[in-house]
This record gives sequence, C-alpha cells and structure tokens, in this order.
Amino acid sequence: MESLYLLIPISVIFIVIAIRLFFWAVNSGQYDDLDSEGERILFDQASSVDELEQLETLDKKEQLDKPQ
Amino acid sequence: MTKRASVHQSCYHCGLDVPLNSDFSLNIEGIRRAMCCPGCAAVAGTIFGNGLQSFYTFRSAPSAQGVANSGLDVEENPYADWDLIDIQSDYISHTDQGLQSIRLYIGNITCAACTWLIEQHLGKLPGIDRVAINGTTRRGEITWMAESISLSEILRAIKQIGYEPSPIDHDSKLSATTDESRQLLLRLGVAGLAMMQTGMVAIALYAGSFQGMQAEWQTLLRFISLLFVTPVVFYSAQPFFTSAWRSLKIGHLVMDVPVALAITLAYSASLWATLRGGGEVYFDSITMFSFFLLLGRFAEQRIRDKNLLLLNRGTERPPVVTQVFPADSAQVAKADKQVPIKSLSVGDFIRVDAGQIIPCDGLIEEGASQISEALLTGESQPQSKQAGQPVYGGTVNGANPLRIKVSAIGEASCLASIVKLAERAALDKPQWAMVADRLASYFIALLLLIAGAVATYWWFHEPQRALWITLSVLVVTCPCALSLATPTALTVASNILRARGFLINRMHVLETLASVDQVVFDKTGTLTEGRLKLVSVNVSPTADEIPEQQMVAWAGSLERGSQHPIAITLLNHPDLDLDLASAVTEQDFVIGSGVSGKIDTEIFYFGRPAWVREIAGLCDMPDMSGICLKDAQSKSNNRAESQSIDVALARNGEWLATLSFSDQLRPTAVAAVNQLRQRGLKVSLLSGDPSPGAAQILKPLALNDCQLSLQPQQKLASIRKLQQSGTKVLMVGDGINDVPVLQAADVSVALGQASDLSQIHADVTLLSGDLRALPEAIVTATQTRRIIKQNIIWAIAYNLVALPLAAAGYVAPWAAAIGMSASSLLVMLNALRLARGAKCSGWMAANGKPVMESL
Repeated sequence: MESLYLLIPISVIFIVIAIRLFFWAVNSGQYDDLDSEGERILFDQASSVDELEQLETLDKKEQLDKPQ
Repeated sequence: MTKRASVHQSCYHCGLDVPLNSDFSLNIEGIRRAMCCPGCAAVAGTIFGNGLQSFYTFRSAPSAQGVANSGLDVEENPYADWDLIDIQSDYISHTDQGLQSIRLYIGNITCAACTWLIEQHLGKLPGIDRVAINGTTRRGEITWMAESISLSEILRAIKQIGYEPSPIDHDSKLSATTDESRQLLLRLGVAGLAMMQTGMVAIALYAGSFQGMQAEWQTLLRFISLLFVTPVVFYSAQPFFTSAWRSLKIGHLVMDVPVALAITLAYSASLWATLRGGGEVYFDSITMFSFFLLLGRFAEQRIRDKNLLLLNRGTERPPVVTQVFPADSAQVAKADKQVPIKSLSVGDFIRVDAGQIIPCDGLIEEGASQISEALLTGESQPQSKQAGQPVYGGTVNGANPLRIKVSAIGEASCLASIVKLAERAALDKPQWAMVADRLASYFIALLLLIAGAVATYWWFHEPQRALWITLSVLVVTCPCALSLATPTALTVASNILRARGFLINRMHVLETLASVDQVVFDKTGTLTEGRLKLVSVNVSPTADEIPEQQMVAWAGSLERGSQHPIAITLLNHPDLDLDLASAVTEQDFVIGSGVSGKIDTEIFYFGRPAWVREIAGLCDMPDMSGICLKDAQSKSNNRAESQSIDVALARNGEWLATLSFSDQLRPTAVAAVNQLRQRGLKVSLLSGDPSPGAAQILKPLALNDCQLSLQPQQKLASIRKLQQSGTKVLMVGDGINDVPVLQAADVSVALGQASDLSQIHADVTLLSGDLRALPEAIVTATQTRRIIKQNIIWAIAYNLVALPLAAAGYVAPWAAAIGMSASSLLVMLNALRLARGAKCSGWMAANGKPVMESL
C-alpha cells in the first residue's frame, strides 16, 4: 500500500501537465473556431506535388486562353 | 466565338442560374465552366490563376456572387484610403518584430474552404507574415511587413477572390467577447478535470467509510482532494463570487448568492475536517456543482456570442475619409484633399459623390440629388434634395455629386441624437427580474433562518455534532437544482428559436414574451417588404398590340445603369428580357423626373407622368380603360391612395403604358397578425410614414389601431402611454427611427435587414424576416415558462423533503451528493423535453452547424 505515496503524486503531476496543455491550447486560439479547423487538414493535403504540376500546365493554358 | 448558353446552367462559382444568351464562361483546365457574370468570372479566374482550384473541390457551400466593376481590373485601388496614416492608427497594431497587424471582418465566407482559400491566396503575397482566419466568426488577423506591401493591396487581394474585407478598430467590443469566452472555457476545463479526480478519490473515500480504512490513508486522500478542489474554488468559481458580491453591494439577492455561500461553507467545512482529521468532506460535491453551473453558463455564453457575431457584420460603416474643399477658395470645383472624417469640423465643405454615404449632417451648398434615407427612416423611396436643404449622416447620395457644408458632427448629429434618445428610453425600461432571482431572495433568507435554528437546537442537545449537522443542512439544500432550473430551459428554448431565425440577445425575453398583451408593428420594412415591386403594366389602348413584356424590356433598358429603386426593381424583374430592346443611346437621366433615350431610331421617355407629358409634348394621358383623363396629375393623385407609384412610358409622341410600382405586405404578415390575434393579443401599428395611402395597404390586416406620420419622440410617447396603463408591449421595427421605441418596449424585435444600430438595441433579431416566427416564439416562451415552473417546484420540493432529514442528522454525505446530482439531472432532462416538442430538424440544426450560415 505504501506505493500510493508515490503513485498518487505522479497522477497529480499528470493532471497538472494536462491543465497546462489545456491552458496553452485555449490561449493559442485552438478552441476559437471548432467548425473549420477539422476540415483544414483535408485542404492542405491537396496542395502537394501533383497539384503543382497541374498548376504549371494551367499557367500555360491561361496564357493561350487570354483574349487580346 | 464560343457558343452561347442555350439551356439553364448554374454558375460554376456562385451556383446561381446563368442568364440565357450570356457568355462569361471561362476555360479552366480544358473544360469550359459556365459563369453567370463578369464578377464571378474575374474571381474564378484569380483563384485558378493562383493554383487554388482545389477550393472548388473542397468547399461545401456555393460562394457569394462576384461583383463586377468593383475596381478590380482598374488601376485604381478601391481601398486606397486605408493607406492614410491617420486612419491606420485606429486599426493597426505593431508587433515586437516591427511587423504590422490588423483584424478584419471578412464578408461572404460560406464554408471552411473559404478560410483555406484566403490564407493560401494571401500567403503568396510578398511581405505577408501570418494569416489566421476564423471561419465561424468570419474574422481574421493578418500580420505583414509594412515595407513590402501596403494594407490597401492586402485588402484588394481579398476582394479579388470574392470576399469583402472590412477592418475592425481597436475598441470594437468584439475583441472583448473572445477573451471572455476563452476565460470561461478555461474555468470550465479546470473544474471538469478536478471533478474527475475528486470523483475518483471520493469513491475510495466512500468505500473506506463502509469497509473501514486506516486514518492515515483517509487523510492522504482528503489532502489530495483538497489539492484539486482549491483551484476550482479560487479560480473556476470566481464568476459566482464576483456576481454575488456585486449583488450584495447593491442590496439585491440573486441566485449567485446562495451558490457562493454553499461553495464557501462546504469548502471551509471540508478544509477544517481535513486539517483536523475528523468530520465530513464535501469536495466531490463542490467540484461537481461548480462544473455543472459553469457548463450552463458556458452554453449560454456561446449562444450569445454566436448571435453577436451574426449581427455585427461590420457593414454600414460610414466612410473613413472624405474630400474636403480648401476653406479659403470655396469656389474651386475640384476637391483635392482626402481627410479622415474624425478631423472634420463644422463649417467645412465636403464633396460626396454619387453612391457614397454622407459622412455627417450638413446643408447642400451646391448640386441636387436623390438621397436614400432608408437607414434613418426605413423608407426605401429616395428623397429629392437640392441646394439649401439639410442632409443627414449615414444617408446615401444616390445620383449626383454634392457639395455639402458640414453643420453637425459627432455628438450633435441627427444619428447621435437618436442614439441618445434610445439610451434615455433604456433607463425607463420596465425591469423584469428573472423568476429564479426573485425566488433566490426568499430562498436564501429561509435557508439561513432554518440553518440558524438547526444549529441552535443541536448546540443545546449535542454540541459536538452541531457543526456537521448544520453543514449537511446547508449542503443538502444547496440550490443546485434551483439554480439550474431556469438557465437550462432558457438555453434549450433559445436554441429552438435560433433555428427559426429568432435570435435572442437578452435572456429576459423568454420570460417576458409569455406575458405580452399587445404587439406594435412599424410599417415600412416590417409589415411590408420595404422595397418596390412592379405590380401592374397598363398598356395604353393606342398601343395594345405591343406585348407587356416588350414594354418592360424598353423601360428596363432605359433604366440600365441607374441606382434608383425603380431601376433596380425593373432590372431584377423576372420577366425582363433585355434582348427585346436594343441598346439605348443618348441616355439622359433627369433627377426626380425620369429618363429619356434613343432605342434604334425612336426616342423613348420613362418617368413621372407629368414630366413625360411635358417633355414628349403629349396631350392627355389615356386611362387604361380607354377614358382620356383631363390631367395626368389627377390620375396619379388617385393612384397615390393605393400607395403605388406610377411611371409612364412613351415613344416619340405616343403614350405606351403605365407601370405601377408599390411596396407590398410581407407574404407572412397576414398569417402572423391573425395568429397573434387568435392568441388574444392586440395588434397595432406605429408608423413614421406620412402618406395617407398607408392605411390602404394595411387593410387586409385589420389592425386594432393605426397611427401614422409619427416622429420618433411621438412613437416613444405612445408606447409609454400603453405601458403606463399596464400593458406589456412587444415592439417590432427596423429603422433607426424605431431605435428609441425598441429600447422602451418590454420586448423588442428588430428585423434581420434592419440597421446594425436597431439590432443592437433590440432584444431579439428576426433574421429570417418570417413574421410567423413571432406567434411561434410566444408559444415556445409559454412552454418554457411552464418548464421553468415545473423545475422550480421540483427543486423546492426536493429541498423540503431533504431538509428535515438533514436537520435530524440522518443524511450521510454520500446520500446528499447523490440526491443533489439526481435532482440536477432531472431538471436538465425536463428542460430537454422542450426540444422534443419542437421540430426534430430544428433542434438538430440548432445543435449542429450555425443555421444562419447562409445569411
């Protein structure tokens, strides 16, 4: 049973760390916008290498399509 | 030449129908994408040009329609004013690294992909350090290097991809709300984490008290609980203590007083027990109680914040700069100096171009124009004004550039005086205390009396048990259920009403709404649509071979390019087919009269009948029934009684038709008024509209009382008179002239299209504009009041049963804790019954995404 004298303080330390993390997360604005953040990761994935290739071909096309 | 669109297509960018026979399509990645207008084409072109096409794949809602000719292709930057140092000082803050940052409201954000698009697009500009856009609040913060890019270029870049940026100044109250809700979330989080820990420890302690436990372990566990509870009491529960202290100072008892008292007593007793090593501890009850209360408060705050963000759209911002004429050479025709509005002084001469908002009150020195005073009066018809007549700040110059001599600024202006009147009205507003707060005063007095009596009794009989029994009385009667009874029901009800577009800004509304006796409406923009509609085309008998549609097309092409309400109505008319008329040449607008122009080889006139008669050299105007009226004027007088505006169309020397425009009742008005009357409410009208024809348009409503042509002061007096006779008044209005009455009424509702100022001063904003939401809200309010009553009765009954048991010393701490949680849970579940009564879909919508996203 004496192990409780060690285990309980350790659990207290974990909680203190959790609270610190929570404070950091809230204060850095991570809880301000709960709707769009979840989707953001999907958009970022798209702008990868093959998108860049598309971009180059698009630029060429644009120059051709331009009136004047 | 690409093929013209032949079937109905929707625009690739904004999703609206592509007009027939138009061609704004864009060739994107080899696929032709249909566009509805040059504005959309320009925006989509910019998005693709920057390689951000995945926006179209990921967005979950169509974008707003692009605006053509918004200065995007032109060299001139529409935001150039924002580069003036004097103006920037109120908006820009400087970071430690020598960067500048600004907060913006960004209009037209429709979904999460929009935030991505803006961040990506701005991120490509040189000198941009950081872009953070919040899609829910539609606000963003941008940090940049002043040497590399100017603010106006950043704003233009946002505009180029179809959004409307508008800077937020430092002392905007919106920044305060985010800090407040973050603060509350932190308090809630701490209380939640502590509740879990103390709950876990409490299980060990309870098990210990049943099975036996060494004092050593009990002391350890109690100290651990104490460690977790202390931050809850001193940090999380702070709002209850401050509010209790504030209300005690003004000698008024609110629900927070017994809450604060219960927390204090339970904490001090538990602390005492822990340090002395005897008695009972209530740590788990304290944390759970605080957590539940904070949770309710957090939900309430989120609703209020969301409503506030929906309302403060940052629109109607008066211009920040104006053109000033040098004082000495007043004759110089060209204004050459741009100055911020705040540095204007009385007697300055300013120039206001067509389409601009007049920045301050003044007298017209030179020029004549049509001024739209919709913001002040709610009246959509522009007023003709000429030299010598007064104009008011906030109104819009519709037609010609004006030279204005400034007569009043800031506090002295017409707008400011209306706001002042509203503030005075607010002081006299009847205060309806929340039922729970009124109960709290009795409850706490009774509680203290009983606790005192119990303490005295036990002191004489068993002094060593007196303290613990008194405490268990206080904890058992802890007003948990009572303090949750009202907020839970109110939160659920506001969520339901929110889904119907009925946004509650002040919490007293639901309690007051249930006891309203009379509903007072404003006319223009409230009961009526507030905008003109083409109601009939009366073709002259001399031209009856020409179809109506052709007439509308001629009139429409004549009015092209004008901002007059009639022109806007015509150009948006669904039957308008401009292909029926070829292009107009020699177009000439005559202020306050009409327009003339050449279509093919013939001259057309469209305008006031008297003016058309004179300019086209016509004799009499034939009536639609073929009877020739002696005087065109007399006819238009007749028509005025039915509140319609007649505009005549003539070709060369021949009458063609009369087009009648009129403001119409909202489609929901009759149903709403009838439902209100069925509920036994009186319905009346207070309008600032002086025209006698107003009564005609309101006839189908059969109102109890109609008062027309009232000044804001008279409206206010009228409401006061009703209130003095004991009537509870619900006021529905929209214009700034309604602001004082909105403030004075027991409950006030502003329509969604109303000015920001009216919305801020009203208790409720009806975003949907559907007046039927009013009777529905009254029904919900009545139900809510019933639920609140049930909750309060339950809470009091529970206390009445528990109290004698606790006073007799029969209630163990664990029983008190279970009883308390069970009664709180019951109260919450009862409040949720409200939602089940409402439409299931509405409730879902209220809990999911913000329903008003599209607005």
